[in-house]
Amino acid sequence: MGVMPSNAAGLVPGAPADAQYFKAISDELGDKGFLVTQLDDLIAWARTGSLWWMTFGLACCAVEMMQASMPRYDLERFGFAPRGSPRQSDVMIVAGTLTNKMAPALRKVYDQMSEPRYVISMGSCANGGGYYHYSYAVVRGCDRIVPVDVYVPGCPPTAEALVYGVMQLQRKIRRTCSIVR
Amino acid sequence: MDEALQELGAHIAGNLAADISGYQVAYGELTVTARAEAIGRVLTFLRDDSNCKFTQLSDLCGADYPEREKRFDVVYHLLSPQLNQRVRVKVETDADTPVPSVIKLFSSAGWYEREAWDMYGILFSGNPDLRRLLTDYGFEGFPLRKDFPLTGYVEVRYSEEEKRVVYEPVKLPQDFRTFDFMSPWEGAQYILPGDEKAGGKEPVK
Repeated sequence: MGVMPSNAAGLVPGAPADAQYFKAISDELGDKGFLVTQLDDLIAWARTGSLWWMTFGLACCAVEMMQASMPRYDLERFGFAPRGSPRQSDVMIVAGTLTNKMAPALRKVYDQMSEPRYVISMGSCANGGGYYHYSYAVVRGCDRIVPVDVYVPGCPPTAEALVYGVMQLQRKIRRTCSIVR
Repeated sequence: MDEALQELGAHIAGNLAADISGYQVAYGELTVTARAEAIGRVLTFLRDDSNCKFTQLSDLCGADYPEREKRFDVVYHLLSPQLNQRVRVKVETDADTPVPSVIKLFSSAGWYEREAWDMYGILFSGNPDLRRLLTDYGFEGFPLRKDFPLTGYVEVRYSEEEKRVVYEPVKLPQDFRTFDFMSPWEGAQYILPGDEKAGGKEPVK
């Protein structure tokens, strides 16, 4: 996305208009040494470009989650980097079956994350209990415990599906990002 | 292989006649049924006898037969790495009668007995730490008993007012229903696809 005025939305990569546009930006930057943009856009750019995620691998989905950040799909291209501590992270990926016993721990970790925080619910079990929906020990969807931004379906979702979910989350942040006064 | 197991079974029965009530060989496995109060002596013999040498307790679990007077089985699976043989020991008990713990004989029995207590409510006398192992903190009931409902009694959600995870009685938007009447688990009345090649017959009705 980058820092760009709102009229850049319709540009097609590689088209003559695209080249002209970037030449204009380059010239302006070279001429004046600074760019003018909206603060909202700047903040949205910063937020979407450095989504640090908290690993919450609970079951087999965690394997696909790891795979998504391995070299083949390499989520770190999007600035989507794993962190060990909830206090340093922006996104929590709930990957796997959430049991009743784990639910208070999940909520505690979510509460420790700093604002703004987002949750990606990954896989059938986290979305709605999935295979264990009627079990005595499983929470019927992690949205009973934490507010969820993006649901990634699948059992387990492929790493590609998770990458797509991450991109959907970035879109959502861009769409909704505004300063709370 | 079955002859060797029969021999082993006869050897065990000969030495422990007072403590075991029988043995049988089925599907290439030896099962010994013992009296619950004698389980310590039985397992000591199986561990130390030179023809047995079952030095490893590979599993201990429960089983529920609600129609029986003594509804629970406690099943011990033993392995002899030296003689490459296995044996299964079963004892019966009910919900109130404790089974002697075998933690002095096999230290691995500690958590197995906790699990059996957690899942079935089988008591073990002599286990120093008979707490629940797997289920939720403060869980009530024994989930692997046949009379425990599949969905249990409570479910959790986060309460925005109380700022904590709260427990509530289960309220399912849609009850659990099974439509798979032809499942092999329910006793299918047809030849399973592929079985006809092995000369499968129509099940007896």
